[in-house]
Amino acid sequence: MTETPVPARVAARRLPPASDVLRWVFGALIVLGLGYWLIGEAIADPQRFLQVSVIGFSNGMIYALVALGYTLVYGIIELINFAHGDNFMLGSFQAQSMFVDGSFQIPLLFGTLAIPLGTAVSLDSSAWQKVYSIAFTIVVAVAFCTAINVTIERIGYKPLRASPRLAALITAIGFSFILQGIGLAWKGPGRVPVPPIIPATPVIEVDGVVYYTVKDLMVLAITIPALLLLTWLVSSTKPGKAMRATAQDRDASAMMGINVDRTISFTFALGGALAGVGGVVYALYIGTTFFQLGFRLGLIAFTAAVLGGIGNLTGAVLGGILLGMIAAYNDGFGDARWTYTVIFTILILILVFRPSGLLGERVPEGQ
Amino acid sequence: MNDTASGVRSRVSDIRGSWRRWLPWVLVAAVLTYPFWVDVWPISYLTVDALGLTLYVAVLILVYVMLALGLNIVVGYAGLLDLGYVAFFALGAYAVGWFASDRFSGVSFHLASTTSDAIPGIHINFWLVLLIAGVVAAIAGVIIGWPTLRLRGDYLAIVTLGFGEIIPDVFRNADRLAVPGGVEWSLPFITVSYVNLTGGVRGVRALDRPGFGDQLDSVTGGILPERFSGSELRPWYFTILVLVLITIFVIRRLEKSKMGRAWIAVREDEVAASAMGVPLMRTKLWAYGIGAIFGGIVGAYYGSFIGSVFPTSFFFNISILVLCMIIVGGMGNIYGVILGAVVLEYLNFTGLDKIGEGINNGIDLVGIDQSIDIPKYKFLIFGTLLVIMMLTRPEGLIPSARRKAELHEAEEEGPETTYGDLYDARREGA
Repeated sequence: MTETPVPARVAARRLPPASDVLRWVFGALIVLGLGYWLIGEAIADPQRFLQVSVIGFSNGMIYALVALGYTLVYGIIELINFAHGDNFMLGSFQAQSMFVDGSFQIPLLFGTLAIPLGTAVSLDSSAWQKVYSIAFTIVVAVAFCTAINVTIERIGYKPLRASPRLAALITAIGFSFILQGIGLAWKGPGRVPVPPIIPATPVIEVDGVVYYTVKDLMVLAITIPALLLLTWLVSSTKPGKAMRATAQDRDASAMMGINVDRTISFTFALGGALAGVGGVVYALYIGTTFFQLGFRLGLIAFTAAVLGGIGNLTGAVLGGILLGMIAAYNDGFGDARWTYTVIFTILILILVFRPSGLLGERVPEGQ
Repeated sequence: MNDTASGVRSRVSDIRGSWRRWLPWVLVAAVLTYPFWVDVWPISYLTVDALGLTLYVAVLILVYVMLALGLNIVVGYAGLLDLGYVAFFALGAYAVGWFASDRFSGVSFHLASTTSDAIPGIHINFWLVLLIAGVVAAIAGVIIGWPTLRLRGDYLAIVTLGFGEIIPDVFRNADRLAVPGGVEWSLPFITVSYVNLTGGVRGVRALDRPGFGDQLDSVTGGILPERFSGSELRPWYFTILVLVLITIFVIRRLEKSKMGRAWIAVREDEVAASAMGVPLMRTKLWAYGIGAIFGGIVGAYYGSFIGSVFPTSFFFNISILVLCMIIVGGMGNIYGVILGAVVLEYLNFTGLDKIGEGINNGIDLVGIDQSIDIPKYKFLIFGTLLVIMMLTRPEGLIPSARRKAELHEAEEEGPETTYGDLYDARREGA
């Protein structure tokens, strides 16, 4: 009574469905069009093209740091942690207080508790003072953002693990608003300037055209070690292994004796730490911050995570850098007013045409 | 002993029963006659001075009630988290800008409009524009929804969020929109010129006001005025009230219809619904489109009421505020959503200011020389409200029975399922 199995050759010979072909054609057209435009600009003005690329790369590294936080959390519990971008914003605020007031500040409801640490620096401070101040600021901002992220996870997300996903998502939006409110009460509604600390002294300069500055170098000097540390933590340490196991199969890891709650908290801690580093780099590189910064930058970073394949750490970095470059090219050669729209169009196109991202997503199995 | 207890209980339930019987009628009567007693002298102390609940605020509250009812179709019934609902609200308002103002002063087109024929621009009768706005929003809803509704729930949230975010940007930037045809610059195959579609940051001003024309005005003795004015808010109030009542009527009919039941089936279990023969995409698209229609219509009303539209009036915050209203009130329950919208929009527009004033006056009385800027903490307050609601009463103040059962499903099943599907109610058999 068994049915005759369909010969494999017939299945293999069948053409892919028309919608797939259309998708590929459409995708190829977009990539080709983009390539044509960029190569055209590169030939027309190679110097400017290189400069814009460097700016895009540095911005992209910052996006990558924030995107990693989204991707880590999404990979383990499939939750878009909307509050992550705002956590990054608070990190940049903390960096601003460290650099300008020289104190670690804890924003309370109707005032700010400041612990002076003597880390105030300016452009004229000595090199050692700057290094000390930046290193100390990174440590403080990392601790600050980690504490926020872990607290949010403990108060908000943990009790909702068994609830419908919508409930956790809405809680995340609620926390995003709370953090924005804290930021608003802390530094006010205006733009918060961070005075220049790292000079834009050229590192690579050809014929009076500046290609690479100390500022860009600083971004790499902070983000590369942070990324290496993250890779080591995730791939070689026990909590990192527990994290990967939990992301793959939560039930099985619990049966193998992995403390799933602690592992999830660890993931949030890692995300928070990256947001802290990102906040410091952003404050140093861009030189101004804003209480609603986390919202827009958070969305860009999330787009980066999706672009690279959510849950995929390498993908998040790649996506961040790509988005940074695309944004910079549009700012430089297109119309800066449309940059945000372009980034969102990319997000929508990716979700529609290739929801698993460039490098493929890694989310908990069995969903 | 037992008899007395049950007797008391039955009497208590009697009182509660009668309370339930008369309260709705009192509320309906209060809402219907509201414009006539809000300004009357002794009452105005409470309504206007103490609560700040003027007719203007009441109109805005009703606008948000309608918005919340529209979004409730998408989020509450169909379970699609839409974070960009403001897009349809904005489109509706801009539809008035396009079809009932002097935005396109190059042309002169009047269709049953109460605006003088001498004024250039496209002027279509306001009541028709309401319908046009609904259609425009529905088309936009289908265009947005068609590619995105097949995505997973949280991806849908982020894509709609993206749309909601770029809509103000697009309206801001569309004052120099490249369109094919023209002379300003040319590519090998096409020529391009710029049009100013939305007035950019300056927005569109002097939108037409609704009206019934002079014939109806004279026949009814001014009850249906020829043109609504900015100073007399009663016609505005009754217009939005009628719109809200129509919305409630439509939603109540939809709720019990085949479509409404399909929405709930899709929300509760997509796979099961699909297996039972519910067409997923079509069902979701209908929910999205109908939600968009209401958003567009109320947007058109709002644009006309405010008199001008700017890209900055339609930020993401509105989407979240409306979402808060639904969640606080009770997802999927019309009365809950109305309650949520009334309370939150009141607090958002004037209530928090009034509370802040009260607190500051209290502090002054005690003799502490400090003031608290409560509206500054609006973000904080709404965020906290969302989190607390989700943690303690996720079904909202007036829950729908079905939704409540859904949200508390996990608690009844016991702790061993906690690890099973984190953040996910879709359990697969196990």
